[in-house]
Amino acid sequence: MQQSKNDVWVGLFVMLGVVALVFLALQSANLLTLNFQSGYRVTARFDNIGGLKPQAAVRSAGVVVGRVESITFDDKIFQASVTLQLQDRYAFPKDSSLKILTSGLLGEQYIGIEAGADEHNLVPGDVVIATQSAIVLENLISQFLFNKAAEGVPADSSK
Amino acid sequence: MSWYHPADLGFAVRRKLADIGLGARLFGRLLRLFPAVWQRPGLVRDQVHFLGNYSLAIITVSGLFVGFVLALQGYYTLQDFGSTEALGQLVALSLLRELGPVITALLFAGRAGTSLTAEIGLMRAGEQLSAMEMMAVDPERRILAPRFWAGVVAMPVLAAVFSAVGVIGGWVVAVGMLGIDGGSFWSQMQGGVDVFSDVGNGVVKSIVFGFTVTFVALLQGYTARPTPEGVSRATTRTVVVASLAVLGLDFILTTLMFSI
Repeated sequence: MQQSKNDVWVGLFVMLGVVALVFLALQSANLLTLNFQSGYRVTARFDNIGGLKPQAAVRSAGVVVGRVESITFDDKIFQASVTLQLQDRYAFPKDSSLKILTSGLLGEQYIGIEAGADEHNLVPGDVVIATQSAIVLENLISQFLFNKAAEGVPADSSK
Repeated sequence: MSWYHPADLGFAVRRKLADIGLGARLFGRLLRLFPAVWQRPGLVRDQVHFLGNYSLAIITVSGLFVGFVLALQGYYTLQDFGSTEALGQLVALSLLRELGPVITALLFAGRAGTSLTAEIGLMRAGEQLSAMEMMAVDPERRILAPRFWAGVVAMPVLAAVFSAVGVIGGWVVAVGMLGIDGGSFWSQMQGGVDVFSDVGNGVVKSIVFGFTVTFVALLQGYTARPTPEGVSRATTRTVVVASLAVLGLDFILTTLMFSI
């Protein structure tokens, strides 16, 4: 095959493209934090997941310990069934409780784990029932209005 | 001569259909020539050099300035919501998903597509293509196919360079000028950008645009009227048709890729 000095320049050009892609993948995307290591799956039941999405973080004490793998609706018990993938190196007691929390006022929702006191740890396939649903703003407002109205009634009747 | 005469209308429709048919046939032939092209990689290499390396300067500079502007405009808008830390994510997502592939394709049509059209149109006008056929050299195989596949190779590389340079440009403005914390700039970006659904889809888009722009340029050159005026019209049409095709395709691709 004939050699030419174009070879060098074209090679450089293609290498530049590869370097740009690697830069984008490593520096601006989540390739490094992608979870290639296997974890263990735990299922949790929630009355209301609010705006939780698959791939949301699972945090304990603010540290990411896993991801939400999938969210389905269980029409036998009318609850949301959330499958979590927790990293192998973290173990949690069986009676740990889960909460759906929001990072910041308008941030994305994540699941917080609060460790319990049980001697046995969660094993793959366990179902966590001690959960606290996401806070839904409409419910909060209606609760507030209801309380206000309840306060108002005796005040009026005492007159 | 009246355009609304049935015979004229029929003639115009038939000619349009014949043009589309010719285009489709040429596209299929260029795709099937893929293995044949690599029997003479030197031809493709020279074309990648011509289409890609020479476009690098304009792509890099445009990417840098698009990154600058994105960071500035994003900062002014995000400031209203008090979430300027999300600037990194905004810059990276806009570049990787839309601006990188689309602007690169538009610039590529203007910088490389026009020169392809003019070159092939002049070969047609100077009867070089006919001369090749006389010598039993297939011009589609010898002239068109290497240029086509070189364009398909060069376009994703240029788009990746554009996005990377744009991200760096955004970082320069955000961290250097606007005083946003560098750590939160990158970590917000890494938190919001996915390797496969954002970077990967951007690459797929740029490959599709590479096919589109190069093919439009070649077709316009190949079917240009063999006159100076015909070549100049074909060059203009390349820019118009390729830009519209890229923008239209971008809408379709975005609906396919990023709908939930």
